[in-house]
Amino acid sequence: MSTTHVVDGIDETLTPQQSRPPLSVVYEWLTTVDHKKIGLMYIGLALIFLVVGGVEAVLMRIQLAIPNNHFVSPQAFNQLFTMHGTTMIFFVAMPVLFGWGNYLVPLMIGARDMAFPRLNAFSFWVSAFAGVLLYFSYVGASGLYAAGSAPDVGWFAYAPLTAKVFSPGHSTDYWTLAVFLSGIGSIGTALNIVTTIICMRCKGMKMSRMPLLVWLYLVMSGLVFVTISPLTAAQIMLTMDRYLGAHFFDTQAGGSAVLWMHFFWIFGHPEVYVLILPSFAFINEIVPVFSRKAIFGYPAMVAASVGIGFISLSVWAHHMFTVGMGAAANTFFVFATMVISVPTGIKIFNWLATIWGGKVIFATPMLFCIGFLFQFLIAGLTGIMLGSAPFDWQLGNSYFVVAHFHYVIVGGILFALFAAFYYWYPKVTGRMMSETLGKWHFWLFVIGFHLTFDFMHIPGLLGMPRRIYTYEAGRGWEGWNMIVGIGTIFQTAGLLCFVFNLVWSYFKGKEAGHDPWDAWTLEWSTTSPPPDYNFASLPAVNSRRPLWDLKHPEDPDSDYE
Amino acid sequence: MRDAATIPIASPQETPWKLPYRGTVGMACLIVAESAIFVIFVVAYIFYMGKSLTGPTPMQVLELPIFGTICLLSSSITVHFAVAALRKGKLRGCTGWTAGTVLLGSIFLITTGREWYHLIYDEGLTIQTNLFGTTYYSLVGLHATHVVVGLIMLSLVLGFSLFGLVKEEHSEKLETLSLYWHFVDAVWVVVFTVVYVLGR
Repeated sequence: MSTTHVVDGIDETLTPQQSRPPLSVVYEWLTTVDHKKIGLMYIGLALIFLVVGGVEAVLMRIQLAIPNNHFVSPQAFNQLFTMHGTTMIFFVAMPVLFGWGNYLVPLMIGARDMAFPRLNAFSFWVSAFAGVLLYFSYVGASGLYAAGSAPDVGWFAYAPLTAKVFSPGHSTDYWTLAVFLSGIGSIGTALNIVTTIICMRCKGMKMSRMPLLVWLYLVMSGLVFVTISPLTAAQIMLTMDRYLGAHFFDTQAGGSAVLWMHFFWIFGHPEVYVLILPSFAFINEIVPVFSRKAIFGYPAMVAASVGIGFISLSVWAHHMFTVGMGAAANTFFVFATMVISVPTGIKIFNWLATIWGGKVIFATPMLFCIGFLFQFLIAGLTGIMLGSAPFDWQLGNSYFVVAHFHYVIVGGILFALFAAFYYWYPKVTGRMMSETLGKWHFWLFVIGFHLTFDFMHIPGLLGMPRRIYTYEAGRGWEGWNMIVGIGTIFQTAGLLCFVFNLVWSYFKGKEAGHDPWDAWTLEWSTTSPPPDYNFASLPAVNSRRPLWDLKHPEDPDSDYE
Repeated sequence: MRDAATIPIASPQETPWKLPYRGTVGMACLIVAESAIFVIFVVAYIFYMGKSLTGPTPMQVLELPIFGTICLLSSSITVHFAVAALRKGKLRGCTGWTAGTVLLGSIFLITTGREWYHLIYDEGLTIQTNLFGTTYYSLVGLHATHVVVGLIMLSLVLGFSLFGLVKEEHSEKLETLSLYWHFVDAVWVVVFTVVYVLGR
């Protein structure tokens, strides 16, 4: 019998950092190629934009809370929903998920950094620049024509509204360039993640032994190549239309506006899975630890993830049922949309089976996971409703759609992200987040979420279209919109608890130690926060739960895998 | 260091732990992403085939770029020989084959330039003329951009190797670059088929 060292990664010769002049700290962060620092900068960038996008959402809800409101002008409202959508997808969701991926993937596979550290830094900075560029439009986009400021064409920017004739000035160009550059950054980071996973695993970390988080980031990054690239191509075409006089989406020269829809949604739908797969990844790591059981059905989970990756490429046109694609295309996309709920269902059952019979600990990360399970299920059910073409003909472009996808993004992705923050914060900072504040955050946010997004379905069913800046009284929409607006107060309060908790715990939180949750994956085998080189000596693993093997040498997992 | 940090292993590691070279995997990822971009441009080309409202049409103005195609496809072979030579440590052979690749790629680029000159000045076809012009210049132009990038990289290799800086241990890196160049050639096969064969 030979032996392997798992916790040798902990270097106890480390001395506490001396305090240094602030300028040298700033310089270090600006020039860093360390995956943990870049990951944290990604997360910080996303949190800043989360506040900005959140303020935009609140402004829109104030405007819509009562009929005939004149809180913001129609022009400003168009800019608000465009900026809110673009910000939340490209500059909140993508950076925060890539940030956690950057931070966790090398630690979980027992590597010292990503495969291409400098590309990693480049990808981050180009994404950050893209976000700044998008918001610079507020001051820079009036241009020579003095027309427009921020982009106001909607986050999917349908042709021909984006043509030079209908969107003069530079606002649309800021949108195009920002999205294009953020795409370059995303492809760079995705390339890095895939290469890291394939080429940098520690000894013994076979593909079949990788933590599920790593698997899901592999699938997600693979999906980014075939998802973001079409959007990049479409943005190049749009820019050529606007500046070189090309005719891709110019209907007067025989071009097709529907082609833009196809190109956008070939990006747009798989993008949902690009965002939800890392959320699944967090749930996969957190649920077993707080149920004190190994994940149920590891191979099925991997197969379902890869399956989702493939099927998600064939469902995009369910965003376009109202365009009139013909019976054959409609049938195909309805069918594909129904099929994708199968692997997703497998995942939900596996999480339930993991919790089943476990010694469940309802710490804050687990609370958010439970919230995720319920809400993601409901989001999936309204997804099936909208995925049926006849139903979609009735409710396409209504608030029902808005409620559905916010249920996925807020109720699913954001809840999983909060779980991730509470779970890995001790690893990142060395201190626990406050459980009391965490519970306040959870309950306020759950109440706010359900007030806002449960009741948002109803004005949709009553025929309220999305993207209107106001409505007249007496249509039966006003009470519902007021409730939706009140929900945002609770969500904001919850979010404030969260932000306060992040800051307070950094200084006052309980010392975490290297493994506060008694978890099983490699990131918990090194100090919190990990040193620059992660592991003093590279670990070697023998099963999917190396730290279980370490803590229970009499009954290691490797006997059963 | 902690003690008791050892766990029993059922069977000792038999095979040595060897993972793929990161350059190859990274380039493969880049190729997948680039392919998706090209797919969108090719789809746009096919979608707009024959839908131009005005002339000129591909049938009237396009000629098969046989010579340029032969040069570009041959450059795939020469770059392969360059890698093979470097792997065997034949540094001069590598320099020679790289120079050949740069030369052939440049010839291809010149033929494309001449074709565009002819189309713009003799036939009056620009990107603004009609849908054919729009899709043709963007697809062929996107490919030509990739050729230019590849040529810059290959020229760098050529420059380094003329100064004797390219060594046997760089063969994996050159191979990564050659993967990109093969990809550019493969894309040309698709572009050639779509634009010059099916499109006419």
